[in-house]
Amino acid sequence: MYLSREEESIYQGERGETLARMMEILVALGDIYGAERLVPVRSVQIAGVSYKNIGQAGLEWISDLQGTVAVPSILNPAGMDLCRWKEMGIDEDFAEKQQQVIEAYRKLGVSIDCTCTPYQIYDSLAGPGDHLAWSESSAVSYANSVIGARTNREGGPSALAAALVGKTALYGYHLDENRRPTHRIEVEADLRGSDYGALGFLVGGMVKDGVPLFRLSGLESQPGKGELKALGASMAASGSVALYYVEDATPAPASRGEEERISLGRKDIEEVYAAHPTEGAEAVALGCPHCSAEELEKIARRLEGRKVVKEMWVCTARKTAEQNPRLVKMIEESGARVYCDTCMVVSPASERLGKIMVNSGKALAYLPGLAGVQAGLGSIEECIDVALGRR
Amino acid sequence: MMEISCHKVASGRASGPALVTGQAISFLGNVNSDTGVVVDPAHELFGESIAGKVLIFPGGKGSTVGSYVIYQLKKRGLAPVAMINLISEPIVAVGAVISGIPLVDRVPEEVLEIESGTLVEVDADRRCIRIFSSACD
Repeated sequence: MYLSREEESIYQGERGETLARMMEILVALGDIYGAERLVPVRSVQIAGVSYKNIGQAGLEWISDLQGTVAVPSILNPAGMDLCRWKEMGIDEDFAEKQQQVIEAYRKLGVSIDCTCTPYQIYDSLAGPGDHLAWSESSAVSYANSVIGARTNREGGPSALAAALVGKTALYGYHLDENRRPTHRIEVEADLRGSDYGALGFLVGGMVKDGVPLFRLSGLESQPGKGELKALGASMAASGSVALYYVEDATPAPASRGEEERISLGRKDIEEVYAAHPTEGAEAVALGCPHCSAEELEKIARRLEGRKVVKEMWVCTARKTAEQNPRLVKMIEESGARVYCDTCMVVSPASERLGKIMVNSGKALAYLPGLAGVQAGLGSIEECIDVALGRR
Repeated sequence: MMEISCHKVASGRASGPALVTGQAISFLGNVNSDTGVVVDPAHELFGESIAGKVLIFPGGKGSTVGSYVIYQLKKRGLAPVAMINLISEPIVAVGAVISGIPLVDRVPEEVLEIESGTLVEVDADRRCIRIFSSACD
């Protein structure tokens, strides 16, 4: 791989041990994937935050690093709400380790925003055509597909390396040739709300790491940002889709090649719901990926003046909650909890819940394996009705 | 002595007795990070310590947390002194880089036939592996 004179000097250790190691990570990965050179990144979103996932081994590595990030960098969700962890049922030992992870990142100059939706809290992190080094699979999918930026799905160390160096290796989704659709998915059904999560759950399993292009022919199928977020998140969980297109809703592909055709209808979507029924749900969790202000508003309106009879979590970014105190208050007055910095997928707190009702295809894909709990799928309205004891 | 050329993934030079397997390794799950011993009964290195060895295996697999496990082994003095892969994937590559363990790949498959215990030197910076046969050969 070609390195500029400055990059070469970092690689040779002229700017310290940590930076040399970071450059070595970028070069090692660039070699594995056949990158020709490095490219500057506009922002970084770093995985490897929840202590549940990285453990003592990861904590030690991050704590040993020196230096400061070279570009704006934020974090993936942590294993708990950094303020209200006790209420979530997190034990003291875990909380202490989790705080140590956060402090280690803070020391490196990383902004302590723990969220899978960086694009909902900052406009300035990604724009069309920008190169990024983001980690969280749904954020990667949103950045590539809805924003039209370019990022691979980075692991913890490679994201941190990109943050400290300010660059990433130029391969994969940074290159036009890897951004062509591989599948054309025709969906003849009217899609609403959680239907997009169900559709993504289905398609991710079919196309694996492909690049699907959707043609939604139902008259009511007009996905907004929230629906696209849900569609991408579930395809990244049930498959490993990092880029997709929806005709008339996302930026279009620059070029087209051979595409495998798949046709889906209402019956296929209904089968996903039927396989993950509401019955037996003991808790409800919304906000996977993290709720936007619009979603908080929708939840707050439906809960207004009512009381939940089941444990209910609403997960969002701390900034989103702080900017919408009235909505947070409305939701919490019902007995539901608005948790920040974390979610049901990465927090060990969900392990004590029984079956969880979700509106997210991503949570549906991950909860059984990562938290050992069953999940049911429904619309946001159905989920809230379950929490209110109406179903 | 036999010399084989290779591709550098993580820099450095080290030598030690070879520990060889034809099976991929998931450092998270297959190896105990407090002992350096392979603890997965289904793995052909089950019960073996990888500490101080030149670990020769086709490549890594499994969780990306495996990179951190390699780092933890290194800090505890329980890591391999060097590693050789047929083709390195990102988990082991990143683990080796962050731990300062020399790692090379793109070698012929015959390296998997090296007998465990044979003295092997990995010189990543010069892109070569040296295999030392015993004096009576």
